Formats: sequence, structure tokens, C-alpha cells
Amino acid sequence: MNRTVYIIFLFVFFLLLQVLILNNVLFLGYVNPYLYITFVFLYPLNTNQFPFLSLAFLLGLFVDAFSNSGGVHAFAILFIAYIRLFFIRTIFKKTPSDYLLFNLRQETFDKVFNYTAILTIIHHFILFSLINFSFYNLSNVVVNTLFSSAFTLVLYFLGSFIFKKKLT
Amino acid sequence: MQQLFYFFQKNKYFLFFLFLEIIAVALIINNHSFHKSKFISSTNYITGGLYEKSSELTEYLNLKERNKNLSEENTSLKNKLDQLYLMIDSISITKISDSLNHNQQYKYINGKVINNIYHKSDNFITINRGAKNGVSTEMAVINNKGVIGITDNVGPKFSRVQSILNSNSKINASFKNSNYFGTLIWNGKDYNITQLTDIPRQANFKIGDTIITGGRSTIFPKGIPIGTVADIPEKLSATNTINIKLFNDMANLGHIYIITNLNKKEIKTVENKNE
Repeated sequence: MNRTVYIIFLFVFFLLLQVLILNNVLFLGYVNPYLYITFVFLYPLNTNQFPFLSLAFLLGLFVDAFSNSGGVHAFAILFIAYIRLFFIRTIFKKTPSDYLLFNLRQETFDKVFNYTAILTIIHHFILFSLINFSFYNLSNVVVNTLFSSAFTLVLYFLGSFIFKKKLT
Repeated sequence: MQQLFYFFQKNKYFLFFLFLEIIAVALIINNHSFHKSKFISSTNYITGGLYEKSSELTEYLNLKERNKNLSEENTSLKNKLDQLYLMIDSISITKISDSLNHNQQYKYINGKVINNIYHKSDNFITINRGAKNGVSTEMAVINNKGVIGITDNVGPKFSRVQSILNSNSKINASFKNSNYFGTLIWNGKDYNITQLTDIPRQANFKIGDTIITGGRSTIFPKGIPIGTVADIPEKLSATNTINIKLFNDMANLGHIYIITNLNKKEIKTVENKNE
């Protein structure tokens, strides 16, 4: 598939999936998956980071516009988008020359799990702290982060299992 | 100078990242203050339009309950109308007020909820009425069961309502059987339970007492139902807070009314005369 088309498809697909379906899940009243961060995992690696950072920020901003939350999602997704390279370097041991051929599907499951779990938990923790916006109810933030991260990760791995052959 | 360019060249991604994060923080802070122009919200054409489309699809699922609510409301209105006819019959009206001045104090605009969020600590609702339909900011939003919130951001076709499930929401409320009043707030925990605070110490109340809007603000008319007293703390603290179980199921909202106070301007100018 053409790279630009693929990226635009990812952007629109995850935005609509998040705001129209996943924001209404509310399992047990408060556990909600935030699967749109898969955009950060699936975006192809590149040495020029400007388009990637801008698109991640825009995706967060759109999700914010739909859920009336200021810039909370934009902040959180941009943060994990920026630190993504660091984790790719430490977990997968990749150098900039490997970026073009890098593909999450060709890595072992334990490494991919570590990578996605760390990024998801960081994203959710930032997200819920900012939504809370005070030091009050801090236990709520931690509980929400853990449950929602688990939910997001389960959905992510189910999805990546189902779409294993396609969309590469 | 060259050092400076070198510095920018070396840290360009970090600086770009920092720049975007600062924008995000500015938007978050902007969102936490009431009454500011907010373009990142669910009232613009793209987000509002998409929500309207999706609510058109999903509203069929709740049609049965909406119909039940509407017919219940019709029944209660018909009953009230009958009582009024009886009053007109039995009391001779001596004074006829000037027909040029309208006697009506509140005007109702109907509308529908197209997006409803209730699981965060600052919740907003999007409705399908905007400035074109005569909605402006600081108008009351209710349905047949009770209060829902106050409009806070109005677009041409859609408006955003600050729901009572919002940490910034403060509504004057009183007991139905006495005139003691307090302030209705929400602690962000259960979306069926809000808190009534600052009640006078001498106020007597028991579990099950009805709470209504107090009519001390220019936004809500007096007597709109809110909920019932759910529990009473054993030891009353200084703030004197009790839990209120809402009549409304805030997770399931459909048709709503937006209330305009036609005398609001006059009340405001009279109250602010000495300032």
C-alpha cells in the first residue's frame, strides 16, 4: 500500500474508532480503552520526525475536540510519540540505519509487549492525571490507569492478531 | 551565532516537541476557566455535525423510553392545566396587566442531547441548539425529570452544556419543604450522586427529602426538581455536606429544554446598581 495513503487511513480510522465507538464503551462505568494511540505504534519509523510529531499532536487534538477536554489527549499522545524512538533504541536495539526496514510484526512477542505496555501505561497515566488536574483523588488516577491500560492492550493485541496478514 | 544555530539544529525535534506541548498545556488551562472562546470543542461544525449524525443513528435504541418520558410529562402538564382552569373559575381576576408587557418570565426552547459524557471529573454535554435558535451562554438546561446543566459555549448550530456533573458547577438548591438553601456541587465520584453543601446548621432534613432549585440565581427558575437526600453524615462538619440522589439518570439523556430568563437583564442591573 502507498505510504501516504496508509498513514491517512490510519489517522482517520483510529480517530473515528475512538470518538464514535470506544468513547462510549465505559466498561463498569469508568474503564475506557484509548486505542487511538496505536497510531503511534504503527506509524513507520523515519529519520525526519516533524510529520510524525505533528500528526500525532493533531490526532490528539481531534480526539480532544470530540470529548471536550482541552488539550489533554494532545499532550499525552505527543509525549509518547516523542519518547518512542528512545524505547525503540533500548528495547529493539535499533540504529537509525535500521529504521526503514523496521516492522513490529517481525519482532518477538515479548519485546513488542514490553514496548507497547510501557508506552500505553505512560500515556494513560499522563492522560488521567491531566483529566483529574489536581492532587485530589490520586488513587482514582492510578486505578483508572491500570484498568484502562489493560483494556487498551487487550484490544490492541486482539486487533493485531486479527489483522496479522493485512495492513503491512 | 554559529553555536546557536548548531544548538537549534541539534535539538530541533526536542524544541518542536516542547512547542507543541506548550500549546496543549495552554489549551488545557483555557478549558478549565469558564467563559472563554473555545474552538477545540464539540460545538464547531465538524465535531457537532458528526455527533448529530451518530446520534441520529443511535437514538432509535432509546425510543421506547423517550416516548414514555414524554407521555408522563404530558400527563403531568395536563393535570396542572386542569388545576389552573379550576383556579381561574373560582377566583375573580381583578387586575389585568398591560398586554404590551409580556407576563412570561421564562421562555423554553426544546432540543436534543447529541453527545453526553459523564465519566470524567469535568463533564460536558453537546446539544443540537445554538445561537441561531436563540441560545446564549448561561442558560438553564433541564428535562422533565430535573436539572441537567448550564450552557457554557454556544456555536451557531450547537451548544456545549456544563453538566451538573462538573467540578466547576455550582447551582443554588433548596429543600422542598423548607426554604433553607445550599449549593449543589459534585465530587467527581458517582454520576448518580451529587452533593449539597453549605446548608445552614439549623436546617432539619431527613433521608428522602426532595431537593429543588432555589430560584436565587437568574439562571434556574424556582422549583425544578433535582433529587432526594440519600444519606446524612453522623457528625455534621463545618461545610455541612449531604449526598443527593439525582432524579435524572445522567447516563441516559434525550429530549431537553433550554430556559431563557426574559427578566435576567433587569435583575442583573438592579442587583449591580451599587457597584
